[in-house]
Amino acid sequence: MVIFGWRFFKLPNYKLPNYKMASLVSHPDEVKVVSKRFGKGATSIDRYLELDGYKAVQKALSMKPDDITALVKDSGLRGRGGAGFNAGLKWSFVPKQSPKPKYILCNGDESEPGTCKDRLIFEHDPHAVIEGVIIAGIAVGSHTGYIYIRGEYRYLSEIMQKAIRDAYARGFLGKNIFGSGYDFDVYWHGGAGAYEVGEESALMESLEGKRGIPRIRPPFPAVVGLWGGPTVINNAETLASVPHIILGGADWYAKLGTPKNGGTRLFCLSGHLNRPGVYELPMGYNLKKMIYEVGGGIPNGRNLKAVVPGGSSTPVLTPAEIDVPMDFDAMTKAGTMLGSGGVVVVDDTTCMVKFALRIMKFYQHESCGWCIPCREGTDWLKKTLSRFHSGGGVRKDIDNIQYLAENMLGRTFCPLGDAAAMPTISIVKKFRKEFEDHLDGRPCPFEKAGAELVTA
Amino acid sequence: MKFSDQFESRLAEMLTHYPTKRSALVPTLLYAQDELGFLSDEAIAEIASRVDLTELEVRNVISYYSMLTTKPRGKYNVQVCTNIACLLRGGEEILDHCKKKLGIGHKGTTPDGLFSLEEVECIGGCSWAPAAQVNYDFHENLTPQQMDKVLDEYKRKGTQ
Repeated sequence: MVIFGWRFFKLPNYKLPNYKMASLVSHPDEVKVVSKRFGKGATSIDRYLELDGYKAVQKALSMKPDDITALVKDSGLRGRGGAGFNAGLKWSFVPKQSPKPKYILCNGDESEPGTCKDRLIFEHDPHAVIEGVIIAGIAVGSHTGYIYIRGEYRYLSEIMQKAIRDAYARGFLGKNIFGSGYDFDVYWHGGAGAYEVGEESALMESLEGKRGIPRIRPPFPAVVGLWGGPTVINNAETLASVPHIILGGADWYAKLGTPKNGGTRLFCLSGHLNRPGVYELPMGYNLKKMIYEVGGGIPNGRNLKAVVPGGSSTPVLTPAEIDVPMDFDAMTKAGTMLGSGGVVVVDDTTCMVKFALRIMKFYQHESCGWCIPCREGTDWLKKTLSRFHSGGGVRKDIDNIQYLAENMLGRTFCPLGDAAAMPTISIVKKFRKEFEDHLDGRPCPFEKAGAELVTA
Repeated sequence: MKFSDQFESRLAEMLTHYPTKRSALVPTLLYAQDELGFLSDEAIAEIASRVDLTELEVRNVISYYSMLTTKPRGKYNVQVCTNIACLLRGGEEILDHCKKKLGIGHKGTTPDGLFSLEEVECIGGCSWAPAAQVNYDFHENLTPQQMDKVLDEYKRKGTQ
């Protein structure tokens, strides 16, 4: 494997001491909204204020709550965690009157393979997340927000905890925020290593100090969420977008993207690319252009074999299928999903059976075991793919892999089962020949020494 | 069982953030583990009493989260990601290199107790792959040579 010698274009360095920050990249096609303050030292509250920070929340405090929700709804902001549900619409499901406290929960458990965008938001612009949480709170009449950050992101938890302390010290959080008479508290919360916890109901279980297993719905979190109270759960990028929408207006934001897909999003380009990195591009940006222009194309004169368009759970696309706009609706039409923005580019040196196996190994590891189709299905599929890749496959395994995956779809409490099944089905359907090339004890055509059996 | 003052003040503060005590459990377990290296029987009993749970309930939670461990680990836990983005850019080579260099396998610990090795799932370093974490520190755009440097640096730090 060649490690590519691309040097990242570095933005001015406003490093906090002791943190090794992820490199930033830049491209002329970028439209910087969420990433506007990246590399500008906005972890400091003074710098954040200089860069229009906490203006949006003050504006929101002067607005009617329903108008905030309507504005966010009209902006076409859709859930950046992957499901792509209209954020304003989600907020509107929260009942006006509730005997139990209402909560805002920011999902920063980023762990979908291929996704590394929330990391940059927490690293460069933590106050934007706090501001987004407060605005969501004002819109739905909540007085408490939690920002959940995955355990591996310890340095980001420290940045966030400091940002929260700074905001309290200025009176932007706590009692009577900005002298408005409105009270709002924001707390940090940390995970300890679990992909499943990124699913909204498992996230609430985890925050309540339990194993992160999903809850059955309905009732949805907007009605019965944290400790039984109505809860709005949004991805960190979604919430970090909200202050910009409040200041720039719904029309401005909506027009940045495509119909019903407002704004921009952070695309995490990774895999076989000359210039991997996190780029903020308008919704609807062409995937082919993203790979060949923004990402700089495939290195070493190799050709494209497949693209994972939105994190490991999304069905893969072949080179013939990539001339598509990257928005939620166009990707659904293309038979896949926009997902979490993790674009993983795969060149023709890669074995797709091995790729499918690695994806399944992940889901088998992360399945919480609550639903049988997911727990048994991922395990069975991992074993089959592992045997298959090492040359022990028989022809009927190919159909059986697809059959098993198809029977996991829609049969679990949470989408983890689907997330494991969808890429698998797409790989079997689109790369069947590669499976056939492994048959009859033949060694993997892509591996010199033959495939190792995955036993972990 | 005594934790550090910082641990105590953090727990005391966190308990005020939630309507139920057990809500502070997951981050508290991780902070305890950071101090002790692993979650000992004693630590589990102590934390259980602080959040009004039984030891069994705490153990049920511990077994769910992949970062939490009830077994001692090396001083530096080397976590190499081999998930798809890292796989495509040499994550497996980095893992193999670490295995050879440290002479241990997945979830193994060197006899001097300095290093543990773990193959981990996506750590959010996809655009800077291949990536690894040593304890909480990220190391990215790795080559086997750079991984050597990283390990040598920790070895130097750990044996000083």
